[in-house]
Amino acid sequence: MMDAYLAEAPIGLEHYLTVAAALFVIGIFGLFLNRKNVIIILMSIELMLLAVNINFVAFSAYLGDLVGQVFTLFVLTVAAAEAAIGLAILVCFFRIRGSIEVEDVNVMKG
Amino acid sequence: MFSLDLQTVLPEVILSVYAMVALMAGVYTTKDKSAGLLIWATAAMFTLMAFLIATREGTDPAFFNSFIDDGFARFAKVTILLSAAVVLVMSQEYLARRNLLRFEYPVLVTLAVVGMMVMVSAGDLMVLYMGIELQSLAMYVVASLRRDSEKSTEAGLKYFVLGALSSGLMLYGASLVYGFAGTTQFEGIFIATALGAPLGLIFGLVFLMVGFAFKVSAAPFHMWTPDVYEGAPTPVTAFMATAPKVAAIALFARVVYDGFGGVVGDWQQIVAFLSLVSVFWGGVAAIGQTNIKRLMAYSSIAHMGFALMGLASGTAFGVQAMLIYMAIYVTMNIGTFAFILSMERDGRPVTDINALHMYSRYAPMRALAMLVLLFSLAGVPPMVGFFGKLYVLRAAYEGGLTWLAILGVIASVIGAFYYLRIVYYMYFGEEGEALDTGTSPLLWGVLMASAAVMVFGVINLFGIEPLAAAAAATLVN
Repeated sequence: MMDAYLAEAPIGLEHYLTVAAALFVIGIFGLFLNRKNVIIILMSIELMLLAVNINFVAFSAYLGDLVGQVFTLFVLTVAAAEAAIGLAILVCFFRIRGSIEVEDVNVMKG
Repeated sequence: MFSLDLQTVLPEVILSVYAMVALMAGVYTTKDKSAGLLIWATAAMFTLMAFLIATREGTDPAFFNSFIDDGFARFAKVTILLSAAVVLVMSQEYLARRNLLRFEYPVLVTLAVVGMMVMVSAGDLMVLYMGIELQSLAMYVVASLRRDSEKSTEAGLKYFVLGALSSGLMLYGASLVYGFAGTTQFEGIFIATALGAPLGLIFGLVFLMVGFAFKVSAAPFHMWTPDVYEGAPTPVTAFMATAPKVAAIALFARVVYDGFGGVVGDWQQIVAFLSLVSVFWGGVAAIGQTNIKRLMAYSSIAHMGFALMGLASGTAFGVQAMLIYMAIYVTMNIGTFAFILSMERDGRPVTDINALHMYSRYAPMRALAMLVLLFSLAGVPPMVGFFGKLYVLRAAYEGGLTWLAILGVIASVIGAFYYLRIVYYMYFGEEGEALDTGTSPLLWGVLMASAAVMVFGVINLFGIEPLAAAAAATLVN
């Protein structure tokens, strides 16, 4: 039953793009609606970048062009560096405030 | 072929190697003791690279057109390098007195500058992304340089979160552009849009531009700017307000012209919108501010709005006006920050503008220089800042955006209020506690030089006009 369905409608580019778009939007919402913890913000950022990677790989396979996958590798590498720096800043922040609640990031306002 | 490519990227390679060597030398030898020397060495290196780049000619694409060294990139690079050199030298004394003089600072600034140089030379979305990230990652760290201060770490955190968000949006745009154009090279994108851009490409372009708007801090994507400017140590703020802005706006121009130059109508309205919102928000929101660093943040938002106005015109003259505007903006900001860096009371930094009451009475020369700079920032003739605004307004008018030019004039009048308020405090304020009158000769010199440029530049803008025109001609054709 499932095989017959898959043969009729294989998973195509649009499915991948839909998943990626959904993940990307979840990431953005996670960033803005999250009121709890800065770690969740880091996770949301990671989610956004991974959504982009799905997009790149899907397009790469669809176009038969390797550049998209090369781009993905770059994005993965940079995302790792970015997470490292984000966590480093967060550690400094925690040492001074003793908290990583999003609500506590509020010394400066205006 | 490969050696020719390497020759094209030589300045970037030299600076990267220099940064790594400096880092190793710092770690394994004298640590922070040699930081002062390293700052001077880095500034000298930047100046040297600026001269090396300025002597080049022609258009050299490298690595299969993914890196382009042309007149436009060179104009931006020289501006970036020279302003970064001056800001570095200016920051040394401030950092030393506050026990912040770490050898990582010049190294990180060097890496950020390499990132900016890659950004303005990008010919491919991948190179663009790597350049932006190199610049941003280094800037996140220097923003939280003062790691024992609440404000500085918070600034770093906010900058990081919003910077990462903007990178994410930009990347999503890049993936859509790649998918619908079938290539990441700007050249290929230009060809793919020859018969008009499909909807997917437009979506990608919009996401890309949102990411760039974050980086240039154009309203409505400016939320991070005031907080980060206020929280970061003042020398870092001075750096953020100058070189990265030039790089980001040059990159913006590079993408919309090299990649999407065939569909000007599709991005023109977005840039015009960003420009309009920025000039108004930068002018109105600054009125309630009393912290001079926050004020400079809103000022930079408004100035980016004017620079984008040149870009929005969609003409070569518009790009020329934008480049001239950025060069003037950087010069003005360096002078203004030289003044802010010297604002102290009993050796402690002061950033409240109320501290400037009757400043002219005990420091007449510096008050006069600041007056010139503030008039120039506000665009009051006959200062050079006025001519910068005149260029972009003319470009907007000639590009058929008369409404934008008129609204721009109105916004600049609103914005003049907060600059003139500082002048009012300095000359006609109330009696109050005085600031320290002593200042380092270097900051004094930079302040006076910048003010002098704002006055004497009216003669011929020091000849940058033809240079900017040549640079713009290589981009728009």
